[in-house]
Amino acid sequence: MSKQKDFVKFENVDKSYDGKVLVVKDLQLDIEEGEFVTMLGPSGSGKTTCLMMLAGFETPTNGEIYLGGKAISSIPPHKRGIGMVFQNYALFPHMTVYENLAFPLRVRKIPKDEADKKIDKALSMVSLQGFASRMPGQLSGGQQQRVAVARSLVFDPQLVLMDEPLGALDKNLRESMQYEIKHIHESIGVTVVYVTHDQSEALTMSNRIAVFNDGKVQQLSSPDELYEKPVNSFVAEFIGENNTFTGEVSEISGGKCKVKLGNSEIMANPISVKSKGESTKVSLRPERALINPKEKMDNIHSGKIEEVIYHGDHTRVRINLLGNPEFILKVPNSSANLDIKLGNEIKIGWNSEDARALDPK
Amino acid sequence: MSSETKQILTTDGIPLEVSLKKAERKNKIKAFLLVAPLLFFLIITYVFPIGDMLFRSVDDKMVTQMLPKTFKAMESWDGQELPEEEVFAAFHEDFIKLVEDKREGKLSTQLNYTKNGFKSIIKKLRRASKKFEEGNYKEQIMSVHKRWADVEYWRAIQRRAPEFTGQKYLKGMDMYVNEEGKIVSVEEDRRIHRVLWLRTLEIAFFVTVFCFLMAYPIAHLLATLPMKYSNLLMICVLLPFWTSLLVRTASWMILLQQQGIVNDFFVGIGLVTDDNRPEMMYNKTGSYVAMTQILLPFMVLPLYSVMKTISPSLMRAGKSLGGTPFVAFWKVYFPLTIPGIGAGCLLVFILAIGYYITPALVGGASGTLISNQIAFHMKSTLDWSFASAMGLMLLSGVLVIYWLYNKIVGIDNIKLG
Repeated sequence: MSKQKDFVKFENVDKSYDGKVLVVKDLQLDIEEGEFVTMLGPSGSGKTTCLMMLAGFETPTNGEIYLGGKAISSIPPHKRGIGMVFQNYALFPHMTVYENLAFPLRVRKIPKDEADKKIDKALSMVSLQGFASRMPGQLSGGQQQRVAVARSLVFDPQLVLMDEPLGALDKNLRESMQYEIKHIHESIGVTVVYVTHDQSEALTMSNRIAVFNDGKVQQLSSPDELYEKPVNSFVAEFIGENNTFTGEVSEISGGKCKVKLGNSEIMANPISVKSKGESTKVSLRPERALINPKEKMDNIHSGKIEEVIYHGDHTRVRINLLGNPEFILKVPNSSANLDIKLGNEIKIGWNSEDARALDPK
Repeated sequence: MSSETKQILTTDGIPLEVSLKKAERKNKIKAFLLVAPLLFFLIITYVFPIGDMLFRSVDDKMVTQMLPKTFKAMESWDGQELPEEEVFAAFHEDFIKLVEDKREGKLSTQLNYTKNGFKSIIKKLRRASKKFEEGNYKEQIMSVHKRWADVEYWRAIQRRAPEFTGQKYLKGMDMYVNEEGKIVSVEEDRRIHRVLWLRTLEIAFFVTVFCFLMAYPIAHLLATLPMKYSNLLMICVLLPFWTSLLVRTASWMILLQQQGIVNDFFVGIGLVTDDNRPEMMYNKTGSYVAMTQILLPFMVLPLYSVMKTISPSLMRAGKSLGGTPFVAFWKVYFPLTIPGIGAGCLLVFILAIGYYITPALVGGASGTLISNQIAFHMKSTLDWSFASAMGLMLLSGVLVIYWLYNKIVGIDNIKLG
């Protein structure tokens, strides 16, 4: 069976709560069957609203959502057959773990022995065998989280929605749960739509990430592409660390452009600038810039070291470069970078290809 | 040796326990002094008077003390035939003393509770006793009225000999101890209390049911509406609390009486004809309507406080897992509100079972409750011991309900707010 390309499809979806402000603006989004798609964005960017529309708890003000080719706007939530993991788990506190998992099976009138098998399978998937008779209140946060995941999967839905499911866990647990959810997804091939505001979570887990801002999808692409090739300055700044130079395009030709910053000039890769005279923000990842480059690079400038912060595996160096006092470099602690001392002048180089000239915003 | 090694000492060499007690004594005294005023206030104004009042329900010393010699003489009387002369002589002696103290009226009231007909013959005896000659009191007393020659009346006096009695409780259940000393029910047409007990339970039960049916949606609305609307609604719920009970009851009288607004409206829309207006006041209907309205907040508030804590995502989870809105409500939401339902129902039922002012005003003859009967005996017949007996029966009824609730639902499951 070939995988459906637009298993979930948002078509021109608008959403407004008060008739004055659009929370979601003209949303277009296709999600492939079996994919793990993350909606990432700052709070208030409309990502949770999209998830709620997909689950059926909010209705689109305009446009239509398709699930497996069928329009679902008029289908009530309980008939959509979508599993969901809520932010605070939403486990039924008066039911045991077993009863929580049995709930979706019971309402579907699945015979008891078959239901028991499914529950066993779901519990072993999240490694919680033997916890069936516990009450949710007797479980730790991580265990409750696993029960919530198991419950959303126990009735074999084709689509599972997760609304910041790891938000309440501490850092270590969150990281291990990220891998666990990713492995579950890989092993059963269910389509997952995941909402988070944590970019590292999104980068770790997803096949594709939709970056939301201001009710719009800013970019929808794979984690590496999102990080390496952001299409606008919002995405560039939201994902990962970023050095920016604000300036004006002074020359543009053959896939390269010159950007004038005050009284110096840098070479950059024109992404969203088209012509001379446009103002732009040039974005450069800290790890793309090298100290005292040996190979030939088309940007080599020197700056003064303002701050050195030791981070264990690497050292962050803040440099005043070309009028930007916030230029950050990440230097691996393995190499012999002995000349990194406060106040030293050093040479920094990078390829114009990695310096993306984006919209000025 | 071993016990010495077990005892832990502080650095000063004082046993740890002793020094701990010493350190905490000051705090304990301070805490006690803080609660002491309230404690004494409660003892003086609550525990003591109520205890005294409840004691009256079994206390029967009054007659015992009024006729000490008579009861002493009666000890050897078997109660079959009329008593001997010595009983009459003792009774005469006691009676003369009572007349001197002007207390014979109290005796007649008390004896009349036991058997009707004592009032007039005691009055006659008082008048006649002034002319009594010494000796042969049996003949002289019996000649005052033929009832004095009736053994039944002497048995009635004997029944008042014990210092404590449970007869007021029997009376509250429409029962009494008959001449043979057996507990029997009073005649069918004189059983007023049993009817009242049953009616009290019935009205309290249905008021609780009505309150629950009305309060549940209101509380749900309060818990789910946005703040600015729910505050307004909360004020509407609490408004009755800030209005006098009498005003509220009186306004129901205006609304529901036969020439009242509701009846006018029914006639106006042609639901009933003018000469056929339904009676909605001064009967059970009046009690139901007014009590439900007055007790409604006691149901809304505990329900609201419980519903407020139920996350809306639980209902969503129920629906997203495939439950219809009804299943999600019934299996997820409703069970979580049970602590509030329990608290509200218990509160409303207990308040309703002892409700007094509203049924007295709007209940008419068929809508009055046991508490109205208690008030009647407190104020009109002045039979305080009977009133307090019924009060204690009501209290024990409430305690039984509380106990049952605790057995079935568990009292720690309750949530008042």
